[in-house]
Amino acid sequence: MSDTVDKERGTEDTKAGSGSAPADGADGGAGNGAADRAVDPRLLVREQGFAGYLTEFRRKVRGGELGSLPVILGLIIIAVIFQSLNENFLSAGSVSDIGVYIAGTGIMATGIVFVLLLGEIDLSVGSVAGVGAAVWAVLSVTHGLNDWLAVLIAIVAGLCIGGLHGFFFAKVGVPAFVVTLAGFLGWSGLQIWLMGQEGSINTPDGSVVEDLTGYYFEDIAAAYGLALVGVLAYAGALLVDARRRRAAKLPSRPVSEIVVRTVAMAVVAFVAAYVLNQSRGLPLALVLFLAVLVIADFGVRRTTYGRQIFAVGGNAEAARRAGINVEWVRISVFGIAGMLAAFGGLFIASLSGGATKSLGAGNTLMNVIAAAVIGGTSLFGGRGKIWSALLGILVIQSIQQGLNLLGMASEIQYMITGAVLLAAVVIDSVSRRTQKTAGRT
Amino acid sequence: MAKESVLALRGISKRFGAVQALTDVDLEVVAGEVIALVGDNGAGKSTLVKTIAGVHPIDEGSIEWEGRPVSITRPHDAQELGIATVYQDLALCDNLDVVANLFLGNEARHASVLDEIAMEKRAMELLDTLSIRIPSVRIPVASLSGGQRQVVAIARALIGDPKVVILDEPTAALGVEQTAQVLDLVERLRERGLAVILISHNMADVQAVADRVAVLRLGRNNGVFDVATTSHEEVIAAITGASDNAVTRRQARTEKEAAQ
Ligand SMILES: Nc1ncnc2c1ncn2[C@@H]1O[C@H](COP(=O)(O)OP(=O)(O)OP(=O)(O)O)[C@@H](O)[C@H]1O
Ligand SMILES: [Mg+2]
Repeated sequence: MSDTVDKERGTEDTKAGSGSAPADGADGGAGNGAADRAVDPRLLVREQGFAGYLTEFRRKVRGGELGSLPVILGLIIIAVIFQSLNENFLSAGSVSDIGVYIAGTGIMATGIVFVLLLGEIDLSVGSVAGVGAAVWAVLSVTHGLNDWLAVLIAIVAGLCIGGLHGFFFAKVGVPAFVVTLAGFLGWSGLQIWLMGQEGSINTPDGSVVEDLTGYYFEDIAAAYGLALVGVLAYAGALLVDARRRRAAKLPSRPVSEIVVRTVAMAVVAFVAAYVLNQSRGLPLALVLFLAVLVIADFGVRRTTYGRQIFAVGGNAEAARRAGINVEWVRISVFGIAGMLAAFGGLFIASLSGGATKSLGAGNTLMNVIAAAVIGGTSLFGGRGKIWSALLGILVIQSIQQGLNLLGMASEIQYMITGAVLLAAVVIDSVSRRTQKTAGRT
Repeated sequence: MAKESVLALRGISKRFGAVQALTDVDLEVVAGEVIALVGDNGAGKSTLVKTIAGVHPIDEGSIEWEGRPVSITRPHDAQELGIATVYQDLALCDNLDVVANLFLGNEARHASVLDEIAMEKRAMELLDTLSIRIPSVRIPVASLSGGQRQVVAIARALIGDPKVVILDEPTAALGVEQTAQVLDLVERLRERGLAVILISHNMADVQAVADRVAVLRLGRNNGVFDVATTSHEEVIAAITGASDNAVTRRQARTEKEAAQ
């Protein structure tokens, strides 16, 4: 959660940091419209301006609303440790590689965030990624179908597979854990069958899938341009929101907060663009991953559909009584997870040079789920943010990259990644308990 | 009855496994009138309300809306007709903030993009009319007190434009002032020409706002009384069943008078 510095109108209470309410733009600093409203004298009123910010921030941290703070701190610690052990860790080439490697699993983790928001789990994403890659490879390479069409069919296959899981879960009432465990076995069987005797199909030169992770926008204007557009869009959205809220006499973000947020965002974006330009330019893979994140985040936070996902994840019966089609929400969310899994599988195929019988097997599933959880999405449903997929996968990929640079064996990587996942869940549980004692759930 | 009924239940029965929760229940709900539904614990009041709201589809019987038969099989159907319900167990999403809960299933939006500002504004106005102090409309309802949650649930029913409002023990957790506000609200709804079904164990509240009292006992109708002409004791007798005969005698008498 990036909202660790969220402010709330004149109160101690703020949106529960670790992402309960999806509503954004809700929090404001100095209460414009709230002044004439009856205010409970027991509420701690926030000081105005920037000092109030820090007080509020400290109070939140003490109350257990850590937001993305642990993940960001974790990323910094990871960077410092590996950089001190191997000076190549933060080199342009290494950072650029991380940016490409996170795309496939990151897109899959985005799908998992959707499912976790519902309070469910999808254990099949690794196998579905394998099926997606296999479908594309068989159609495009073996049968010579149009490359774009094959990619599209692979993604739609993932959508249908996920929808099927959702059907058994929502309509038949089989626990999602069991349905997707069956899927985990069944779809990897289908994958092996599709791959037939060959066992692996190499990505042909110049194919769409090769470009997924192989194409870089080499013009330095691309990376800087994207950074600029991103920062301007972000600042613009904040400003427009604040103006509309002021016009409606609602509490709005103070300008100081907008400035701080925009500057932080700009620093991250332009440093990333600079480093990428030092290497091979802006990777297409990263652009696609960011596009998936932005679209998913908008869908989850700003649309009725997203609101329905949170409602079903928080209290399915209340959602049903509010007239929400709970079954449809569940089926569609599993469909989205399957679709993004298949899409992510194509990136993995692209990275590893082709589709194989074992693509998506091994620790892919665990990395994907770990990414969503490390990033701060609750395993218990109804709380989380799409961006946790990015933060979580960055942590996991950075660790892998660092250990690779140090030449550590994969068994050590497994153990360390396992320990990080455990740490993330411990932080989640502890902060949840602190929130309870601080009057939150 | 001279005024036409918005909602009429005829011969409603509902079973839960071995429990016959409702047997052959009739109820008429008239626009511009407050009907109180009373009965002992487990009498079937909440179950009746849930059949109207579409939470539990009925097993037998028929529901008429403005004179024509309708089938209510899911909450969406009831909402479409214009029935808004405040459940005894509140049915709020703890993880969502106050605004999101108020508008759940009924969001202000452009296409399907949420209009948070319109919703927040409306939410504040609504909560002001109920004179409840909530720290912020943007905190998750999990961190509200029981009474605050109840007011949010009540306010929820006023979003949209319902014709029938069902309140299942709306004042159970409320303070003195908030209870008065809710009773005021019930009267205002009646003045606006809405029909209100009010479930309450508090006879004083019932006496204060209701026009008629329908009594349920062990899942069956046990009389409908005019509040103005019925004493406290008679209603209580019907609820407890201590004088079944008196009630039936009385009904027979009034019916005879009406026929003359
Ligand atoms: N979902 C359910 N499953 C099984 N039995 C139920 C269910 N809901 C209600 N019942 C049964 O139906 C009967 C009526 O319950 P209901 O909740 O309607 O009572 P009530 O009149 O609202 O009582 P109270 O005043 O305590 O709220 C009870 O015997 C109860 O056990
Ligand atoms: Mg009840």
